[in-house]
Amino acid sequence: MLLQTLLPLAEALPASDPELMVEETHGLEIGQHFYWHLGQLDLHGQIFLSSWILIGALLSVVVVGTRRMARQPAGLQNLLEFLWDYIRNLSREQIGEAAYRDWMPFIGTLFLFIFFCNWGGALVPWRLVRLPSGELGAPTGDINTTVALALLVSLAYFYAGLSRKGLRYFEYYVEPTPIMLPFKIVEDFTKPLSLSFRLFGNIMADELTVSVLVLLLPLFVPLPMMFLGLFTSAIQALIFATLAAYYIGEAVHEEHA
Amino acid sequence: MISWFPLAEAPVPEGGLFDFDATLPLMAVQVVILTFILNKLFFQPVGKVVEEREGFVTTSHKDAKERLARVQRLEQDLKARLQQARHDAQAVVAAAEDEVAMLHKAALAEAKASATRLREQARAEIDAQRSEADAVLAKESRQLADLIIRRLVTF
Repeated sequence: MLLQTLLPLAEALPASDPELMVEETHGLEIGQHFYWHLGQLDLHGQIFLSSWILIGALLSVVVVGTRRMARQPAGLQNLLEFLWDYIRNLSREQIGEAAYRDWMPFIGTLFLFIFFCNWGGALVPWRLVRLPSGELGAPTGDINTTVALALLVSLAYFYAGLSRKGLRYFEYYVEPTPIMLPFKIVEDFTKPLSLSFRLFGNIMADELTVSVLVLLLPLFVPLPMMFLGLFTSAIQALIFATLAAYYIGEAVHEEHA
Repeated sequence: MISWFPLAEAPVPEGGLFDFDATLPLMAVQVVILTFILNKLFFQPVGKVVEEREGFVTTSHKDAKERLARVQRLEQDLKARLQQARHDAQAVVAAAEDEVAMLHKAALAEAKASATRLREQARAEIDAQRSEADAVLAKESRQLADLIIRRLVTF
């Protein structure tokens, strides 16, 4: 709705630099997707393209950094070890000493993937690549990605609880008192909902703000917003990973240890 | 314009911000695959290196502590021995001093004794000579007296 009001404004502005105002369709493209069709299925091609590029970047950092590992770390190994340690501390704090090892790769992948997607969406000059429709951007700015991640988290914590405690996992729903049962059931729905919408909303809003500012005042003015965007992007990745770890920790937590 | 994929011919869906489609499950599968890949490429190898180093540091630390303890023990031992040696030396010195003092005292006593003896001897000799001289004097004076008496009688 905000967009409908903003769009004519954006189009009404004179294109001072023809490079910046690429085409009419590249003014503000919200909710437009570059569709791929796989049989009967529709896919958001731009999401996959940018996620593959970012996953490629992530994997190349990892591969280059782990190529020559030494006891005295040098270069990229330092960064990777810092990340590893950071992720270990995060998962150990949230999940607990007993089970964090099993879930550390999952938490870490969530963190790294979201972080790379968020920062990649903000830092890579995607505009240089023109798609027939839609535009490349942060994969986490698409509701499909965030819901996929959030549902994975839901599956993960159910699996974690059930595999560790068996059917005793469902005691969690009536602890400390059975009055909690409806709330805990509702929580199972609100957890993925809040996870996905928080991430989606933040990244989406950030991209939207920046692109609106770029349209209105292309030089310097959007920079503070972009820095703020980088900040929120990192925070969102951390929040998502921390909450995922917290939910898993809640599921594997033993009441009477 | 690059033709990305020869797929974009079917009717294009309407789109929108909340356009759920097959992107969702495929993205989930992609993330799960990424988890396994990262586990193999990142978490396991880096974890191995970090934990090996932590183990190395811990054992080195323990080793160093043990060595330090041993050094301290040796030092204490050495100190104790040094003290013992000093103690022994003092005892030897004290014993030697005692002996010297004793010898000195003995020699002194002997010297005194011999001096006393000599003096006693000299005194005894003097006494003997005196008594002898007294006796001689007495005898001579008696003879003289006898002589005097006889002369007076013969008159």
